[in-house]
Amino acid sequence: MNFNAILIEIFTTILGVILLVLELVLPKGRKNTAGYLSAAGLLAILAVSLGSAADNTQTFFAGLYVTDAFAGFFKQVFLMGAILVTIMSIGYNRLQESKGEFFSLVVFTLPGMMAMVSANDFITLYVGLELMTITFVVLTAIDTASVKSSEAGIKYILLSAMSSGVLLYGMSVIYGVSGSVAFADVFKYLQTAGVSPVVLLAVVFIVAGFGFKISAVPFHMWSPDVYEGAPTPITAFLAVGSKAAGFSVLIRLLLQVMPQAYGSIAVIVVVLASLTMLVGNLTAIPQSNIKRMLAYSSIAHAGYILLGIIAFTRSGLGAMMFYLLLYLFANIGAFAAVIAVTNHTGSDEISSFSGLWKRSPFASAILLLSLLSLAGIPPAAGFVGKFYLFAEAIRQGYLWLAFLAIGTSIIAIYYYIMVIRVMLVGEAKETTSIITSVPLKLVMAVSAVVTLVMGIYPGPVTDWTMQMASLFLK
Amino acid sequence: MTGFPILSLIMLAPLAGAILLLFIPDTKVRAIKATAAIFSSISLLLSILLYINFDRSLNDFQFTEHISWIPRFGINYDLGVDGLSLPLVFLTSIIFFSAVFVSWNMGQRTKEFFFYMMVVIAGVFGVFMARDLFFLFLFLELAVIPKFILINVWGSKNKDYASMKYTLYLLAGSAVALIGIIAVYVYAADPAKGLGVNTFDIASLAGIKYDAAFQKFAFFLMLIGFGVLVPIWPIHRWTPDGHSSAPTAISMILAGVIMKLGGYALIRVGINFFPQGAAFWAPLIAILATVNAVYIAVVAMVQKDIKYVVANSSISHMGYVLIGIASLNASSITGAAGQMFAHGIMAALFFALVGNIYDKAHTREIVDFGGLAHQMPRVASAFLIAGLASLGMPGTFNFAAEFSIFTGSIQAFPVLAVLSIFAVVITAIYVLRVVQQIFFGPRNARWDNLQDIKGVEMIPVILLGFVIILFGVLPDLLVGMTNGSISVIAQKFINLKAGGIF
Repeated sequence: MNFNAILIEIFTTILGVILLVLELVLPKGRKNTAGYLSAAGLLAILAVSLGSAADNTQTFFAGLYVTDAFAGFFKQVFLMGAILVTIMSIGYNRLQESKGEFFSLVVFTLPGMMAMVSANDFITLYVGLELMTITFVVLTAIDTASVKSSEAGIKYILLSAMSSGVLLYGMSVIYGVSGSVAFADVFKYLQTAGVSPVVLLAVVFIVAGFGFKISAVPFHMWSPDVYEGAPTPITAFLAVGSKAAGFSVLIRLLLQVMPQAYGSIAVIVVVLASLTMLVGNLTAIPQSNIKRMLAYSSIAHAGYILLGIIAFTRSGLGAMMFYLLLYLFANIGAFAAVIAVTNHTGSDEISSFSGLWKRSPFASAILLLSLLSLAGIPPAAGFVGKFYLFAEAIRQGYLWLAFLAIGTSIIAIYYYIMVIRVMLVGEAKETTSIITSVPLKLVMAVSAVVTLVMGIYPGPVTDWTMQMASLFLK
Repeated sequence: MTGFPILSLIMLAPLAGAILLLFIPDTKVRAIKATAAIFSSISLLLSILLYINFDRSLNDFQFTEHISWIPRFGINYDLGVDGLSLPLVFLTSIIFFSAVFVSWNMGQRTKEFFFYMMVVIAGVFGVFMARDLFFLFLFLELAVIPKFILINVWGSKNKDYASMKYTLYLLAGSAVALIGIIAVYVYAADPAKGLGVNTFDIASLAGIKYDAAFQKFAFFLMLIGFGVLVPIWPIHRWTPDGHSSAPTAISMILAGVIMKLGGYALIRVGINFFPQGAAFWAPLIAILATVNAVYIAVVAMVQKDIKYVVANSSISHMGYVLIGIASLNASSITGAAGQMFAHGIMAALFFALVGNIYDKAHTREIVDFGGLAHQMPRVASAFLIAGLASLGMPGTFNFAAEFSIFTGSIQAFPVLAVLSIFAVVITAIYVLRVVQQIFFGPRNARWDNLQDIKGVEMIPVILLGFVIILFGVLPDLLVGMTNGSISVIAQKFINLKAGGIF
């Protein structure tokens, strides 16, 4: 047993258990201590992960579990997301009752996501998926004082169960024809036996199942309601962590395990991406609640990121990874700014951001930068990320798709700009300044710095993601 | 790169000023204005140095700077100016300097105003200096949102509508241009057809012989994408509202330099990269340009608001630039480049004066005025200078530029050129009518409390008026500079014809 391969997972689980125990020990009102401890612990784990050699592929449990450069990259993304979300939650005013278990639950989503990206067979993949989903359901419903939060939890678990059903159906068909659940065997089977219609059916089911996780249209119905109802830090985590995990599995399945089948279902992915970009962006326009607006915007971004899969090349994959990274920091920055405002006003409506430039110049600057990044306007990172994705799509001959993508991102700019306008031009209803707590300020500053660095000097991060991509697709 | 990074300094001065502003408290208005003035002076002084040190005998980029940026994708921070871009860099720094002083009495959210304005200017400098197509586009995009905020916060009349319309038009345009740019990049990276390497270097990309179908396709994208900025009729609709609603300094920047970004990019990227594509689409451009010049001049004639007159006259004048570009010969393109400079200065002067009148009188309706020369003699004489420049009076640089455009275009499109020349007559009608109705006639007692421009307000007016006349009397100071670089582009069209394609 090579326990080195699952060192990160072991550490993370231990941290979660410690936090759970700590909840009992810590006095009421001091629960945030657990948050600081959790953030420090996760940071240490991130450091271990970054320190270990990327190109060293190891397996565990007789090949059920694989730790390669690709998995390492995504684990680092999950960890970064979890750290920022944890710190953000410390500054979140609601949830005083349940903060103790909150932090340990955030940590417990991580082994689930990590198992998803590292899974080397369908059973492990499914276990990881459910571990992540169920923890997220609890986190979504954790704000017991809010009806919306409970409603969101119920919606999320019902729809997740349905998508899991679809996914399991697809997996069982694959098992039925290939006689194995291990990815390596499935790959060999497809190579020798070719792609039969039954296999295609199964792949379509699997894509649909993960389409739910990445909230691609038409499997996106759950996300606006869940995003709106969930506590804001969890919304941020759903948007960045759960989505990144979904993409990581889609990438591994389509590019590594079943590349032969991809050719026949490419058209489905293209249709999914186009619909996602169109519907996500168009329905974001009329939203008056900022969390719903960001939910639709995150749906639309799933469409852009899918372009990387459609390109089906190493640089397409690198572009996706780059985009997921910048998307993480832009979203975290935006949600942190939303928390800073809602802590004070108690409202998620976009109109409550009126005159924010006067009440909190810092939060409005961060929200501006984050929205610019999501909109793809320099100097924020989104511009470079979109450029990589669109360039790769055009290089692979999807000119019309690039037109559609760029066209829809103009639509996107419209609704981002409406927020920017309210924030920078509108008059403040109250003149009291909004005081932002130190943890929130820290999260905002970090995400702004990363967004700017990736936008102004993207070379090093690009090299990193492209290198990870080329280690994955040799 | 060796030597003094003068271009980076010119470009980074406004950016450094903007960042410095963030650390000055809102209440220290004097310090904020002083900062803006100092950094705009730095840009202006360095641009004059640049102008003096420019070697006219060379056709290539000069003062080049190179920093490798994203080597994997062939993106480099490459700056440089040639005879085409140097006058525009010079123009930008003049407008920047003037715009700062025009905004001297800005009372509302002063710090943010100068912050966003300086970001816009840095972006404009970047476009004119970039030798790398990626950076050219990046700088173009950088300025969009700040301009939206500037119009929306500090604008007048229907600013909400105007700023959103403006932003969506420009972003849609740049989206189309972006597809074209990526297509060129992908074409160049193709080992069979292009160079086989990832590069955004403008000089290398211009050296490729693109196949004819691709040229037609890509040039069309560039035409739409950059044409929105110029603007070409019928995608000019953002301009009258945008220019009229913007605060004075921003109107000056919009009409003075932002429109030139489009013309510059059309020459630098459009006709320089795709001579065959340009030749294919030239008749269309020439027809639209004639509509621009003549029809919009008629539109300008019926406006009731002075600022709308000036805004429409800008579109009409850019029609000359377009017909100069479409004629595809050395004389006409040189004229187009000159006209961009001449119009930039003239439009900025117009907007500065109109803004000054509006700030004091709180109205821009032409019928409200009359005999204003009694109360504001300096404004009246400066307005007359701008007006005469606008109708291409000999002695102003506009004359030299328009003359060069029409000598060139009459060879390529005789009928359209003659039609466009009639736009000059229409221009004369509306300009002189405005001058007459506002400034001449009996004294109107209602405006007796208006003060003529004085003190700091004089700085931009004198500077801009001086530039119009200086280059009007000695046009070779500027034209002699552009000739060399443009002859390289014009040579491509001579070769094209010699090749017997047409």
